[in-house]
Amino acid sequence: MKRKRFKIIIPILFILLVASIIMYLCWGTYKVSPFDSIKTLLGQGTKLQNAAILNLRLPRMLVGISVGIALSTAGALLQTITKNELADSGIIGINAGAAVAAVIFVSLKTVNYYSTLGPLSVYVLPFMAIIGAGISATIIYLLSSRNGVKPKRLLLIGLGLNAGLNAFITFFTFRGGIGDYNRVLIWTSGSLWGAGWNYAKVIIPLVTLMFMIVLLNYKKLDALNLSDEHAISLGLNLNKERKKFLSYAVILAGGATAFAGNVGFIGLISPHIARKLVGPYHKNFLWVSAIISIVIVLFADAVSRNLFSPIEIPVGITISIFGVPYFIYLMMKEK
Amino acid sequence: MKQNNKNTITFIVCSIFVLIIGVFLAISLGVTHIGISEIWNSIFNYSETLESMLIRDMRIPRALSVLLTGGILGVTGAMIQGVTRNPIAEPSLLGVSQGATLVIAIFYAVGITINTTNVMIASLIGATFSGIIVMGFTSRKSNNRSIAKILLAGTAMSTFFISLTTIIGLLSNKSQFIAFWVSGGFRNATWADFNLVAIVGILGLIIAIFLSEKINILSLGDDVAISLGQNPERIRLITFLVMIPMCAAAVAVGKNIAFVGLIVPQIVRKIFGEDYRKNIPFSFLLGAILLTYSDIAARMVYSPYETPIGIFTALIGVPFFIVVARRERG
Repeated sequence: MKRKRFKIIIPILFILLVASIIMYLCWGTYKVSPFDSIKTLLGQGTKLQNAAILNLRLPRMLVGISVGIALSTAGALLQTITKNELADSGIIGINAGAAVAAVIFVSLKTVNYYSTLGPLSVYVLPFMAIIGAGISATIIYLLSSRNGVKPKRLLLIGLGLNAGLNAFITFFTFRGGIGDYNRVLIWTSGSLWGAGWNYAKVIIPLVTLMFMIVLLNYKKLDALNLSDEHAISLGLNLNKERKKFLSYAVILAGGATAFAGNVGFIGLISPHIARKLVGPYHKNFLWVSAIISIVIVLFADAVSRNLFSPIEIPVGITISIFGVPYFIYLMMKEK
Repeated sequence: MKQNNKNTITFIVCSIFVLIIGVFLAISLGVTHIGISEIWNSIFNYSETLESMLIRDMRIPRALSVLLTGGILGVTGAMIQGVTRNPIAEPSLLGVSQGATLVIAIFYAVGITINTTNVMIASLIGATFSGIIVMGFTSRKSNNRSIAKILLAGTAMSTFFISLTTIIGLLSNKSQFIAFWVSGGFRNATWADFNLVAIVGILGLIIAIFLSEKINILSLGDDVAISLGQNPERIRLITFLVMIPMCAAAVAVGKNIAFVGLIVPQIVRKIFGEDYRKNIPFSFLLGAILLTYSDIAARMVYSPYETPIGIFTALIGVPFFIVVARRERG
């Protein structure tokens, strides 16, 4: 039954994925027909099409895809570790920790609003963000471990930390004056504004590598889903594994936040939908969750770019407007 | 019992003393420091010097607005913690304040004049709307009322309202003004603001004190309340109805200030136990103290610029939050 369902779901997801990619490349102030966009990708576009697609939309799309994969995988890991379907790196302050580090780093490295990061700084930025995410994850982990880490406590402490860190980001970025408001928005709500090839070339290898590592560990993740006693009897060192996967989640969430800011709820929604579609076994579930998150990010970002063009809405905001009602629905349903 | 009364009196005397010093410091300290005699003269002998005008039209209304807003925040925190039996509940962590901000942003975007009355109307509409939603998910069957869940729902709600506020700001091209209004704190507090928080705050405090006996019963749990012949849903509804205009006034005058409503009732409960007849008035007092000193810090730390007051309340509030959260089991 499940296997049969899986066979239907995969092609549908694949079609959705291709459709959203083509839609993303075509839709914009400068419209390109789907056929032309494929031709451009194959290197036969006009000069204008090359500029729009190859230089602007393609890199931004790739960054968006990486961010989606990273956050959904981080969310899936956190949900497995905490055994709580409502966990997400954005809600519990890991993204905010990364954003704080990134904000500090960026404001130290750039002088004024429109200056961009230097070539070396682009490589250092994700490391700083990952360190920030790591610090905040460590704080959450240490504070919530009293007689063992309790999932609810972890969630609560994460929520508190998140509130505090966001206050800090707002303060830090506002110091600069009124013109910095867009920057605050990017960090606090997540945006793909200005994502170009210089971001893409850093985040793609990072996310690909981490995603592969997580995928290779699917059996251990499945074991973590069992009760603690079962997992131990299978020979799993629970604390070690939890810490390991938590650090993977930190790297993924930190890397994503470094380039797109604090995008919330995507890490919550996509694993949840995926679990409903293909069940909790990580081998299939991680893939499906990643594809769903890509589709969501691409649609949300296309809407954010174009719906009110030329005004752009941060993609994180679009996602949270649709994500929050879903989240509250989930909570109401859960016993 | 006698010992208890003595403690209470000591507490009241000490906090009023600390509060008076705070207000005095708030009036005196600033970019221009003003001495006692100057303050005395400008209040009691009407003089037209620059300093006395500064005191009369800027410092005093601001100091008093801060004081009353702090009191309001403390009381609303105590009330919501009592009726939801949730030690971490607080209007701005549950999204009520953000709902109020959203409607204020809509007023901004539409181009309605921003003055105290209009802001209060907007804030009241928003707080009512979001307050009803919060009431919805706190007063359902008790299995849905775990602390973590209410807080998660609140965080989600505030994110939602902030997102909508941002979109409205971006589309109307007023996002920077709205953001500056929100982070402005008490920068532009006037006598009109003072009147607003004074009326709402004092009325609210009196009604809250009258309600405190019922809140006491409700804080023992719905079952106990029912067995004592009370209707828990009704008490909760009335408490929310009193709380919503208080939250609205606090947002209209002080913008979004989180954590005061969380910290203050916690401390008061530590000292006096779970008796809301005392907790509510003392939360007012302690909230006033906390916010008065936070505002002094907000003005002085980065002088001559102002730091958003919410930073200071968050700085004290987050550790508090974590300590309380750590007590959570499960």
